[in-house]
Amino acid sequence: MQNSEIITNLSRFIIVLLLQVLLLNHINFLGYINPYLYLLFILLFPFTGNKSLLIVLSFLLGLFVDIFGDSGGVHAAASVFVAWVRPWLLKFSFGVSYEYNAVRVSKGALSQQLTFISIFVFLHHLVLFSMEVFNVSHILLILQSTLFNSLFSILVIQSVILIFSRNS
Amino acid sequence: MQQILFFFIRNKNFLLFVILFAISFFFTVQSHSYHNNKFMTSANFFSGGVYTIKSGITDYFGLEDQNALLLEENRRLRQLLGSRIASDSSAIDSLPPDGPYAFASARVINNYYAKTKNHITIDKGRNDGLEIDMGVISSQGVVGIVSSVSANYATVQSILNTESQINAKLEKSGHFGTVVWEGKNPSEVTLIDIPRIAPVAEGDIVVTGGRSTIFPEGILVGTVATYQLAQGESYYDLTVTLFNDMTNLDHVYIIENRDLQEIRQLETTVEDAE
Repeated sequence: MQNSEIITNLSRFIIVLLLQVLLLNHINFLGYINPYLYLLFILLFPFTGNKSLLIVLSFLLGLFVDIFGDSGGVHAAASVFVAWVRPWLLKFSFGVSYEYNAVRVSKGALSQQLTFISIFVFLHHLVLFSMEVFNVSHILLILQSTLFNSLFSILVIQSVILIFSRNS
Repeated sequence: MQQILFFFIRNKNFLLFVILFAISFFFTVQSHSYHNNKFMTSANFFSGGVYTIKSGITDYFGLEDQNALLLEENRRLRQLLGSRIASDSSAIDSLPPDGPYAFASARVINNYYAKTKNHITIDKGRNDGLEIDMGVISSQGVVGIVSSVSANYATVQSILNTESQINAKLEKSGHFGTVVWEGKNPSEVTLIDIPRIAPVAEGDIVVTGGRSTIFPEGILVGTVATYQLAQGESYYDLTVTLFNDMTNLDHVYIIENRDLQEIRQLETTVEDAE
């Protein structure tokens, strides 16, 4: 990675973390719906970047969110999972040669972006709420939380990507 | 040997994923068991510091409400004091010097109430004499139980946590039950195990039972909103509306039971004898 890329990703790591734990974890729209914007870091990590590094960084990011939220390791587990499946999701959404065609998520077609973000967020939330509720008999609660939180997260993440890609 | 090395290098991402996922899983399981010594909580120097800065800014927005709450509490305490003086002027002198319970005040610097297992972070810790298992109340009722402490901060397992179980009773009839939370509404808890024979009516007041070493008897919990017979039809399930607005906590009190050591010691000797 280039120096400028390292600085961009490092500052993005810190900004999404603070935004998540200080503001977004306390929105509680309709009682329990929060957008998990910190996924933006894992989503926007360079396509050609080191995959092992991404897994470790995602673990750390999730663990910090957990420490601030007293939730054990649920965010860390979900983040590690999506960081690991990210290459396959990229291949599925942006085509087999994604590493050469699109350099970043915001350069892809809107439909491709939306597919990628939706699957990504949904998988993350499914793991997150399964771990958080930790009880198979509450499967409906898990699915309900996953669905509503996913919709909110997808909306917020896609908006942020659209707004910030206009300028560059 | 080379084959094994190649296997590890080829699958290094998968192995990394499995290891880190296992660590996360371990933290999750650990956070679910109440009495473990937890170390991944917000009661640490780093997140505690960040939350203190944040609450230093956001506290100003709630000053008016908090002042009103404190005024209301002052009024109630003054009334109690007044009635005591009026009834018997010698009562104050002849009171025992100190009950078994000591109170300390703290402020909430972070508050979760929308998850299924909620925790609250407060700005007092081991240096202020806090220990795990102390009770936490606000001026309006029960808040939770201290679940982990660091030098200057502590986390509280909120009453809004599906793992919380607090002994409570109906104030009028004195029938005992257990307060649990079903994980849905932050203003409602459920009181279970009230025997069918108990006279229950909507609007009855529920207070702590005093059968645990954590809370003294008679701390407010809430009022009965609805009730129905549980499965098996020998116990009631009561839906209780909390007096506390758990979404708007600021000043809380920590209860220390001075006799805790003695009670624990006694109980262990009894267990050993058996």
